[in-house]
Parts: sequence; C-alpha cells; structure tokens
Amino acid sequence: MTDQALPLNPSPPQGASPPRDLKPPGAVPRPHKILVRRHSLAVRLTHWVNVISLLFLLLSGLQIFNAHPALYWGAKSTFAIPWLAMGASEHNGMLVGETVIGPLHFNTTGLFGASKVHGAWQARGFPAWLTIPSERYLALGRRWHFFFAWLFAINGFIYLATGLISGHLKRDLTPTLDQLRPRHVWHEIVEHARLRFPMGEEARRYNVLQKGAYAGVALVVLPLMVLTGMTMSPSLDASFPVLLQVFGGRQSARSIHFICANLIVAFVVVHLIMVVISGLWNNLRSMITGRYAIEVEDPKEIQA
Amino acid sequence: MSPLPASRRGWLKAAGASVLGLVLAGCDKIAESPKVVNVLASAEGLSRRVQRLLQSRRSLAPEFSEAAISSDFRANGSTNPQDADYLTLVAGNFADWRLVVDGLVDQPLSLTMAQVRALPSRTQITRHDCVEGWSSIAKWSGARLAPLLALAKLKPSARYIVFHCADTLDPNAPGDHGKYYESFDMIDAMHPQTILAYDMNGAPLGVPHGAPLRLRAERHLGYKQAKYILRIEAVATLDQISGGKGGFWPDRGYEWYAGI
Repeated sequence: MTDQALPLNPSPPQGASPPRDLKPPGAVPRPHKILVRRHSLAVRLTHWVNVISLLFLLLSGLQIFNAHPALYWGAKSTFAIPWLAMGASEHNGMLVGETVIGPLHFNTTGLFGASKVHGAWQARGFPAWLTIPSERYLALGRRWHFFFAWLFAINGFIYLATGLISGHLKRDLTPTLDQLRPRHVWHEIVEHARLRFPMGEEARRYNVLQKGAYAGVALVVLPLMVLTGMTMSPSLDASFPVLLQVFGGRQSARSIHFICANLIVAFVVVHLIMVVISGLWNNLRSMITGRYAIEVEDPKEIQA
Repeated sequence: MSPLPASRRGWLKAAGASVLGLVLAGCDKIAESPKVVNVLASAEGLSRRVQRLLQSRRSLAPEFSEAAISSDFRANGSTNPQDADYLTLVAGNFADWRLVVDGLVDQPLSLTMAQVRALPSRTQITRHDCVEGWSSIAKWSGARLAPLLALAKLKPSARYIVFHCADTLDPNAPGDHGKYYESFDMIDAMHPQTILAYDMNGAPLGVPHGAPLRLRAERHLGYKQAKYILRIEAVATLDQISGGKGGFWPDRGYEWYAGI
C-alpha cells in the first residue's frame, strides 16, 4: 500500500464547523476529503484480537469473581472486613442484594448480590447475563479465562514489540511537547466537551487526550491486568516473589485486577461513544482497512 | 408519548426476558460444548509448561511471619466427614489411624502417627489460596514427603503420587467416585515445601482442617491440599483412579495443574 492521497467527496459536510488549524478564511478554501494511512496492519490485527480477548476475559472474570464476591487488601483475606463485597440477605422471604464499598452500603437487588436466574432469585455477585457460563460454574469460567488470558498476553506482547520497532508507540501515543502545554490541553478538553474534533492537518495525529487515554490503557492498565493476574498464581509467586512486593500481596493484586477491569470497561464505554460521534464509518474503516479520511483545503498541498 | 398499559409493559418485559433467556441458553450451549471446552483446556498444558520453565524446581512459595497468621482461616470442602470409618477413627482419637504407603514401591509402609511425627519434618508459615479467590495464612508442621517416599523406595516406573482421603465429598457419585483424592507428579512431590501436615498453628490438626493428616504443596491452589489422608499410592498413570483426571475436582472440570 502507498501513502497516496485519494480525493473524495469534495463538498463540505453540512453543519460542520470550519476546520481548525487552517489558514484564516480569505481565499474561501475548498475542503477535500482525502484518505490517509492511519493504522498499520499490526495495530489493526492486535486491536481486534484484543476486543475478542477482553470481552471473554471480562465475562469469565465476573464468573470467577462470583465464586467469592469480596475483595481485600494485603496478603490474606480478612473475611469480616472486605473493602468491597456483594452479598444477599433474606427480608420477609425476599432476597435482597447488597453491595458494600468501604463504609457505603447500596441496595443493588436485581443487579449485584441477588438477581434472577431462569425466573428464580439467586444469591450471586454479578447477574447471569454478565457471566460465562450464565450459571455458577467456576471450573468452566476459569477454562475460558485462562485460554483468553494467553491469547491476550501474547497479543499484547506482539503489539508492544511491533509498536516499539515501528515507532508507533513513540510517534502515535507519546504526546509532543507542544501538545503538553497546559493551554493546549485545556483547549482540547473544551473542544472535546463541545464535541468538536480536530480536522484538517490536526486530524492526522492523535490529539493529546487520545494519546493520554490510549497510552494509559495500552501501556499501564492492560499490562497491570497481566501482572496482577500473574500475582494471583501461587506458582508464579514462588518464581517471582517480587510481584507480591510490587502489588502488596495476593489479595491486593486481586483487588487491583478488579479495579483495572472496571477502568477498562469505563475506557471502552467512552471509546465507543467517541468512535460513534466522531464518525462511526470513518473510524471503523480506519481500524479495518487502515485508511482514515481527513479534510484538507487542497489535496495537492498534502505531502504524502 | 403516553406510558404503555401495564399489561403491555408486562408483555414487553416478559418478551425481553425470554429473548435474553434464549440468547443466554445459546451462549451456554457454546460455552459448555465439549469441543469448545477441549480447545480451552489446551491452555492448562501451556500454563504448566511455561510455569515449570520459569521456575527452579526448588523455588519456594513465600513464607510469612507469625504475625501474619490468619485468625479466621476458612475451612472448605469437607469440614466434618460422616464416613463411618472416619467417625470410628475420630471416636478413638485417631489411635487406630495408619498411614499406608503402597503402589509402585519396593517397601510398602503402614505408619502410626508417632512414626509419622518421627520422620524428617518441616515447619512453614504459608498462604493458602482457594480457587474461589480468597487467601488465609497458617503455620504448618509436618513430615516432608520426599524422605518418606525414599523410605518406601519408589520404583522407577512411579510417575505420580496419589493421596487417598477418608472423606466423601460427593455422596451422589457412583461407587467410590465421591471420595476425595488428589495427586502430584514427582516435581511437586519432591519439593521441599511439600509436607504431610499434622500440626496447624502449633496444635494438632482439627477435623475441619483435615485431621489427623493433610497435604501442603504450597505452589498450588487449595483444592490440591488433600485432607484426611489415609493412603499414599505411587502410580504410573492416573487413568485408572476414580474419574481418571487425577483428583476429585479435576474429575469435575478443574485443572489438575493448579499452580494458577
């Protein structure tokens, strides 16, 4: 594939705000859409393998969590004082689900602690429609989890290795100095809040918020998932006791694993919203074919 | 838009619930199909090989200080076996209890508790990790398995050590398939922290924790730590024993290799 620019749809989209970061309107520029190469094959493949792995890891992970829906800090479980717990109790013959986070108690009947399975109320952490399989079946949940954990870890390793070699991590995910100026960061936050996204030349690279979110997930949260997962393995604890020192014990590692899983879910929700409102088809195409459309004044001026 | 009449709302809710039910049933059919589970189970061999590759055979599980010992160590699985033979042993304060060592050995043994306590021993304060996710810490004292197996003179053909237990955890299983048992290969059987524990936190093991003798193999999950041990058998393969997967829980879908 070459980097040639393809003119496409020369008429400006209706209702779009004028392109930012372009020369002030004077000569009345005619916006053109061109397709630029955005995502390498390695990024596209590892992205979609990640999507599949993370989906199954989440649903089987919630099954595993349900086997003991309580979290602690430190090496061991302090059963009387979990920092997070989902439980059920019976009131007047009705099952009531309760979620406890530190000193806070929430009635979460129907969702967390107690929910219906095939029409019958059951005490369970997460509801049946969020677990693989839907019934309580820890052994099978673990089979699903560890299979996709391997796929996820190998896929992540390929992503990081190719990202380092190709320069993707440095070029696309590391904010430049000018992007890190507080005024610029504030400007981006305001523009995002107004749902106005960079266009023209600025759209060729990730903005500083995108870089922060993607680097935070790809380089911090996802590797933390692998490392805290490894810390929960008694055999790996014998081989690498340093894991326990880093995370503060096996139960802390389990808690961090759970918190990071929540952060990933939050990231995916925001990511999907942004993908839809900043141009669903363009974003999808760029993650499938690698080509992303941007608007420029004159395609001839664009250096490939 | 006016709110839907209650009956229609109920119908919509029911329809939604049944669609969700169908989707879940479909997912479960895939999730539990033997072919799919076989593919997923291939990860166990990968985990075992990689973990064994990464560790020294003698690398020790972390040990803790007295201060770290749990005051609320949870007893799981069988906590009060009702098997007649075991109840007789309990009634006699385990005076008639014997530890049998047999199978592929040149010197079968039948040891009293006094003889087990006289064997080379080890005391360790370690973390017990239940497959459910919780952990508890306790101090264990017991006979090291390796010198005991040396005493029994293992035959070269012995590849696994099977621990036969007194408790029936699944009364509905056919024959004696409901009896608890576990097994390890020689790498873990010979590990310095693999002991037959008779003391927990400085006192003889109580019934909830496996009196009079339980296994501690500290690089593995809780369900590998067989309780109420009566007999240790050296074997060449695990196929012929109970469900054939090497343990009560492995026969029910859990990993035999439980280092993860």
